[in-house]
Amino acid sequence: MTVTQDDFHAALLDPGRAIPEGLCDADAHPAGRRFNVYRNNVAVSLTEAMHQAFPVIAKLLGAQNMDGLAGLFLRRHPPSTPLMMFYGEAFPDFLAGMEQLSHLGYLPDVARLELAIRQSYHAADSTPLDPKALSIDPEALMSARLDFAPAMRLIRSPWPIHAIWRFNTEDGAPKPQPGGQDVLITRPEYDPIPQPLPPGGGDWIEALQAGATIGAAYEAAAETTPDFDLGATLALLLQGGALTSLTEEGQEHEPTRLDP
Amino acid sequence: MLDASRAPNGLPSVPGVGYKPQHFAEILDAPGPVGWLEIHAENYMGDGGRPLAQLRHLSERFPISVHGVGLSIGGAGPLDPDHLARLKHLVSWLNPASFSEHLAWSTHDSHFLNDLLPLPYTDATLIRLCDHIDQVQDVVGRRMLLENPSSYLAFAESTWSEPDFLREISRRTGCGLLLDVNNVFVSATNLDFSPQGYIDAYPLEHVGEIHLGGHDEDHDDHGRPLLIDSHGREVVDPVWSLLDFVLDRSGPKPILIEWDTDVPDWPVLRAEAARAQTALERLPA
Repeated sequence: MTVTQDDFHAALLDPGRAIPEGLCDADAHPAGRRFNVYRNNVAVSLTEAMHQAFPVIAKLLGAQNMDGLAGLFLRRHPPSTPLMMFYGEAFPDFLAGMEQLSHLGYLPDVARLELAIRQSYHAADSTPLDPKALSIDPEALMSARLDFAPAMRLIRSPWPIHAIWRFNTEDGAPKPQPGGQDVLITRPEYDPIPQPLPPGGGDWIEALQAGATIGAAYEAAAETTPDFDLGATLALLLQGGALTSLTEEGQEHEPTRLDP
Repeated sequence: MLDASRAPNGLPSVPGVGYKPQHFAEILDAPGPVGWLEIHAENYMGDGGRPLAQLRHLSERFPISVHGVGLSIGGAGPLDPDHLARLKHLVSWLNPASFSEHLAWSTHDSHFLNDLLPLPYTDATLIRLCDHIDQVQDVVGRRMLLENPSSYLAFAESTWSEPDFLREISRRTGCGLLLDVNNVFVSATNLDFSPQGYIDAYPLEHVGEIHLGGHDEDHDDHGRPLLIDSHGREVVDPVWSLLDFVLDRSGPKPILIEWDTDVPDWPVLRAEAARAQTALERLPA
């Protein structure tokens, strides 16, 4: 009686399925609940990984609901690599697709924020741009482009996701107020820091990420936010070490790459 | 003197512990008898940040053992080339004292199951495993150690005993072995064989490292003890006795304390390492 890994795997993730024949105890009796040790190890370890990966979602939903959701999620989206540090990439979209959770519209974006914080934590190190590099002729500055650190992330949301995140991770944090938030994640050393961006900051950074010059990105931001304060957003990026290079017009544009 | 205390694979025959980031500062300040550290390879396959910075720092002070938990060497399909490349990258830059993996499978159709799943000990499994181990040693560029599993059930189709199976794998591939003494005790209890008999049949001459860890107790459908390898508590006395039984026959070996869930404060883990030190010290010089 051969037990293939297909048989084993099918019974592993489906507790309703019969345990493959050919698995036994020392007396050649059917394995019975001995097989459940493996079922349990898989389900418990992946559920635990989801709790660790999305602590704010777990807090918002309650531990039991999180267990249930993780159980559904791990069967629909089992890890595709052994790198558990990146498990859960599909979780925000999974949450968005859950009809029972549609009254909690902010959940997917809060999950995106938690995922981005984790990605930032494991991203490659980089050398921050010396702020002096920005002390060039204003016209040249406006036609220059910026490169971002691998650990920098931008998460944009119509929900107050930074306030929700903070309220659930920080004692005494203020209660979230309605309104969208664009969140910048920087990693000055080893700990990612999420911060809400001033109005227009998200538009400006998104345009820069798409390859626009500082000036063109400013115009894009000013279109939606007439009083866009470029200096405030730039200061957040510089303080967080989120910029790695500035390329003036006509210069060879070579993004900084560091070997991990 | 130094050379005599080192196992062939480069880990010293002293206690080591599984590294947990919460112990970083204390390990550097007060390592006690701990002379080397083991990491799970997959936790250090990110691109940068604190995990890699800490590992770089620790590797300047301690020999490091890289212990893979995700390669699925016993998998029915081919090894994941991306994961092999990640292992090669890690081993290349870190240059660890040892690299080890498990006699198990954990990936099915590119789905990683995050557990070490059991294999039937048959000729077909043997051939596949040896192919995979040859490939790993080729790509990673060094000899690996293969660890015996903890078993909760058996396969009716198995035709090899586990010690004979491991001996044959080592003979065919040249790989070394990682002897998990707690796993032997857990499997022996669960599958009703003598742990001392297992050790007597086991090729101790190929052992490059020993693992010790805690287990939990449960029961099967017939009320018989079913031990579960949990790495969440102290090593129990009968496993310490079995360690003495092994060391009396093998001589000094690098001994690792594994504690992966409900990780204790550093002094508790260090005390377990001190107990391993005592086991090594009672051996004749």
